[in-house]
Amino acid sequence: MNPRAWVRPLVPPLLAVAVALLMGAAFIVAVGQDPRLVYGTMLAGVFGSAYGWGQVLFKATPLVFTGLAVAVGFRAGLFNIGAEGQAYISAFVMGWAGAALAPHVPGPLLLVLLLAVGMAAGAAYAAVPGLLKARFGAHEVINTIMLNFVATALVNYWGHSAFVRETVRTPGLPAAAMLPRLDALWPALRGSPVNASLLLAVLAGVAVGLLLWRTSFGYELRAAGLNPAAAEYGGVRVPGVWVRAMAISGALAGLVGANFVLGYKGYFESGFTAGVGFLGIAVALLGRTHPVGVAVAALFFGALSQGGLVINQLVPKELVEILQGIVILVAIVAHELVERWLRRRA
Amino acid sequence: MSAAAGEALGVAVLLGFLAQTLRISVPYALGAMGCAYSERGGVINIAIEGIFLNSALAYTLAAHFSGNAWLGVVAAVAAGVATAALHALVTVTFRADQITSGLGINILAVGLTRFVLKAVFHSSSNSSRVEGLPDWNLPGLSALPGLGPVLSTPLVLITIALVAAAWWVMFRTPFGLRLRSVGEHPEAAATLGLSVTRLRYAGVLVSGALAGLGGAWLASDQHSFTDQMSAGRGYIALAAMIVGKWNPLGGALACLLFGAAETLQIRLQGSAVPNEFLQMLPYLVTMLVLAGAVGRARPPAADGVPYDPEEQ
Repeated sequence: MNPRAWVRPLVPPLLAVAVALLMGAAFIVAVGQDPRLVYGTMLAGVFGSAYGWGQVLFKATPLVFTGLAVAVGFRAGLFNIGAEGQAYISAFVMGWAGAALAPHVPGPLLLVLLLAVGMAAGAAYAAVPGLLKARFGAHEVINTIMLNFVATALVNYWGHSAFVRETVRTPGLPAAAMLPRLDALWPALRGSPVNASLLLAVLAGVAVGLLLWRTSFGYELRAAGLNPAAAEYGGVRVPGVWVRAMAISGALAGLVGANFVLGYKGYFESGFTAGVGFLGIAVALLGRTHPVGVAVAALFFGALSQGGLVINQLVPKELVEILQGIVILVAIVAHELVERWLRRRA
Repeated sequence: MSAAAGEALGVAVLLGFLAQTLRISVPYALGAMGCAYSERGGVINIAIEGIFLNSALAYTLAAHFSGNAWLGVVAAVAAGVATAALHALVTVTFRADQITSGLGINILAVGLTRFVLKAVFHSSSNSSRVEGLPDWNLPGLSALPGLGPVLSTPLVLITIALVAAAWWVMFRTPFGLRLRSVGEHPEAAATLGLSVTRLRYAGVLVSGALAGLGGAWLASDQHSFTDQMSAGRGYIALAAMIVGKWNPLGGALACLLFGAAETLQIRLQGSAVPNEFLQMLPYLVTMLVLAGAVGRARPPAADGVPYDPEEQ
């Protein structure tokens, strides 16, 4: 079998995880604990029960959305660091619009409407850096970073009128406008808020796959990402592709609120995203910007963050953030080394 | 109130405003200068945020265990250089993506500092109180009305001196010229016998040392370390560097502008101007500058592009 087929997608992530766990062991020893005990507790706590699995799926769901968002950007040659802000502002708009419309719109219709509103808000917010790049050549990395902060400030400002008095959250939605929890189907999951947005995440992955590899726009998008000059020469309007790719990326990030607002709390709460956009970048990279890879990487990071809660009695749960950082750094280095090795063999 | 008294009050308010702006701008200016050194050499450095955190913690640990604030500064600079060295190793030696490396380092820094905070100070929010840097009483400066206290603060004075030095080194010394050449056209620089790798390492490490001082300032000014105390300042520094057009002096001026906006935000609390708009100002200004609304901001030509000698 051609080593390219399996070395590229498997070696960097597995090496990254192995190195991270080894270095993590050093931190565990440094605080006087036994790495085997800590990692063993983590595995048993996360995967030893249906509840643990439910938590992993619940935490992986938003990462699938942001991972796909970043992946679509990467495929178009764009680095969307703004999934965090796009997710944040669209979840806020979901909560706000939901509270405003709840008295007038029946539940199930409201649910569908809010999903559309969230995606539209994310798409509009992400289209801004796309337009700035297409029109002025302004780098999307800087603009998406800036817009993350602008999103926080905008939500703070609008929050004065949108939040329930003395709180930092929007009013709650009626139960009929919420996505059903999966423990209704499978009682063993009880206690875990994993919900139907997981199915939306799967659908989003399939949709991204179809878009990229089964539509002519997907072809243009990938051509623009691989070689913009050649794509332009081949008749692709690359700046237009940038704007649309950013909008699609933002719409995917806009679905993050489906898990938290529509599937879990029933309202938007200030600060809820807490890094899902940034972790989405790691998810997209580890998953090699492919929907299947994104799903696997999202599950891994979901398991890791649930693992932190399980081991908090033994070592500070921030061990998990250290592991995340190391995984990202080792994965990108291993990726370069693998590419060099393959080039030398060729 | 007499006219003279009113005028004196006006001057006092203005001086107070200036003093606060200077203090707020210190970490921004150090980060922006650092960013400029890294990017002029061709390495995008968004890890300033993580460097701030790591070095603020290093300051706190060293000051806590030694009782000496200056040892804290040394530790902070060392931590900044070490963090930057990790970024250089990943991006210059292994030529991995520079933005992702910066993000990875920032995530790592949040986790690492929280982990150590819990392990050493048994708290998830803050360290115990540590020494700040003692004032320098320089003749003339310290006695200035209004500005005396801020101009007795060692890191404020050091930062002002460093801004001048950073500009001079970058634009008036052979090292600065060489650094800029590997950021603009590494192949040409290599043809002239310059080591692209060594110069890029130098740029990134200088950025770590400068941002490390910025971290020292955060912890020494507050006399403690608190979780996530960098609070996005590393990204404001990045924005200031862009607004300042990759020039340490321009970056420092942009920092004063951002610092003034933040001072206004603190002083106009609850007034007619919504705070959130002042909070947004640095980011919006940066976007406008990038879009060419306030003169073109052009990054170094090879900024962000790994240099692979074997490809030449």
